[in-house]
Amino acid sequence: MTEWLNVILQGVLIGGLYAMFAAGLSLIFGVMRLVNIAHGDLIVLAAYVALTVTEAMGIGPLTSLILVVPAMALIGYALQRLLLNRTLGDDLLPPLLVTFGLSIIIQNGLLELFTADSQKLKAGAVEIMTYHLAPGIWIGLLPLIQFIVAVAVIAGLQVLFYRTALGRAFRATSDDQSVAQLMGLDTRHVFAMAMALSLAVIAIAGVFLAVRSNFDPSIGPARLIFGFEAVIIGGLGSMWGTLAGGIILGVSQAIGAQIDPGWQLLAGHIVFLAILAVRPQGLFPKVSG
Amino acid sequence: MSGYSVEHATRSSRVGVAVIAIALVVLATAPFWGDRQTLRLLAELFTFVALASLWNLLAGYAGLVSVGQQAFVGLGAYLLFAMVILAGVHPIAAIFIAGPIAALVSIPVAALTFRLRGAYFAIGTWVVAEVFRLLASQISVLGGGSGVSLPASVVIAMAPTRTAREFELYWLALGLTVLVLAAIVMLLRSRHGLALTAIRDNEVAAQSNGIDVTRVKLIVYVLTAFGTAMVGALIFLMKLRVSPDTAFSVNDWTAFVIFITVIGGIGRVEGPIIGTIIFFFMRQTLSDLGSLYLLIMGAVAIVVMLWAPKGLWGLIAERFGWQALPLQRHLVSTPQDKS
Repeated sequence: MTEWLNVILQGVLIGGLYAMFAAGLSLIFGVMRLVNIAHGDLIVLAAYVALTVTEAMGIGPLTSLILVVPAMALIGYALQRLLLNRTLGDDLLPPLLVTFGLSIIIQNGLLELFTADSQKLKAGAVEIMTYHLAPGIWIGLLPLIQFIVAVAVIAGLQVLFYRTALGRAFRATSDDQSVAQLMGLDTRHVFAMAMALSLAVIAIAGVFLAVRSNFDPSIGPARLIFGFEAVIIGGLGSMWGTLAGGIILGVSQAIGAQIDPGWQLLAGHIVFLAILAVRPQGLFPKVSG
Repeated sequence: MSGYSVEHATRSSRVGVAVIAIALVVLATAPFWGDRQTLRLLAELFTFVALASLWNLLAGYAGLVSVGQQAFVGLGAYLLFAMVILAGVHPIAAIFIAGPIAALVSIPVAALTFRLRGAYFAIGTWVVAEVFRLLASQISVLGGGSGVSLPASVVIAMAPTRTAREFELYWLALGLTVLVLAAIVMLLRSRHGLALTAIRDNEVAAQSNGIDVTRVKLIVYVLTAFGTAMVGALIFLMKLRVSPDTAFSVNDWTAFVIFITVIGGIGRVEGPIIGTIIFFFMRQTLSDLGSLYLLIMGAVAIVVMLWAPKGLWGLIAERFGWQALPLQRHLVSTPQDKS
């Protein structure tokens, strides 16, 4: 019994990470109806940026966030302004194929620069510290920090969306791009800000991913899929929904892995497909596609 | 009589068909003039023409941008190996059985993935392909995660000599590709083809003109699964070995295929053929660069998508009004009815 409680608890905590994968994806879809196929590869890129920063400056991974987050946000702004804004329009194909091309470029660029060797960020003592919650139930400090950060990120995005001028611009552009433009909003800038914000969240997710497990240039697409599944499970457009989606995915994977290690990923996918079958709008839908 | 009739052929398409016919004769006789290396390369090229043409039908015409067609390549491959190893079916027969089975499997897949729209559909198809890959790696009789080779006895039984077997596979690849292309051309010239072209050009307008868009899309999805699985089965019959990671590879069976279609010209039948030739030319000249070559490929695809979204054949077709295959419909007035 306590064994299963442990499994579920670990699943919930990893779910926070998946929610961060999902939040960035959900954000840009909400604002500009763009699905970024390179999302997972950008998470891996953030991990490598963090690796470079920690090695060059001798700082810890969590401290490195001070540099990695703005760096990724800047990349996001430039990416949207210079490349992705050109792809937006009625046709679905250009953004999809351009981000697909981008995914291939990032993967192979990282492979050229860092080889296929797997890497890991070392966070020191914080990695192995655990708390004893109840008899037989342990909680790691790092997964706990990761989960708290994830909740904070989601809450932060929620506040930003509904309480700030930038959030109002996001919502206005999302509702009607041309009217937003008539009201004096520069949608190119609004979109670029949304992408910057998405990549800032990606940066946090990437660093936690890199501290938690090994990474190499090829693992991006799987992260995209986890993020995507969390978005769909939670329901399009709902920030708190993505957190719920991430947790459901994390718990499903943890239970699957407990039954048979080969079933970890499969269990997550099957739960996703089952939810798609019975409730295609997700658990907490906000906008329709 | 209205005094008009609908024709497909134009002068350029008559030239095009003649050129294609000559090319087919040359290619069909390749075993008599080409060495082993050339035959292998050509056979591989044919399979990519077929895969890209099928993807083009799906994404370019029906607007179903899938990044999960590797699900059906791998399914075809695994069906072939399962039938040959576990049931003793002849490998060539297995290719033709794999098609209809994959078409059946594609129906419930469509029932799920069609709930997702646009780009989310794309990632949804990818999830399905991942599920297939993970399931394939659970099949221990077919080697689980590490895969399985075709038994030597089966390979030897296909043809008496190695040369004869290679000829057989070459002709099979050419034949299957011609079959796929012919089926696509016939589909596009039919009533459904008119509906598909309408959907390609404007989905909402097509729907308002009474086309059951969802039904047409479903038909195309099932047909491409049929064709893709047969091609997948053939590809892995040529490779003689299958494993989950190679059979369900998103790079090999989707990234390359998308690259080919985009470069050649999406939404035109000629596009994937031109694209495959360019892709193989690039691969032969740049493959020494390793991963840098893939990086260049990704960049070329982005540049083409942004500045020449209709691809190379699209540019040519619009500039000169060419079509290599008689597909466009145009009205011709018939003089005898003029009274």
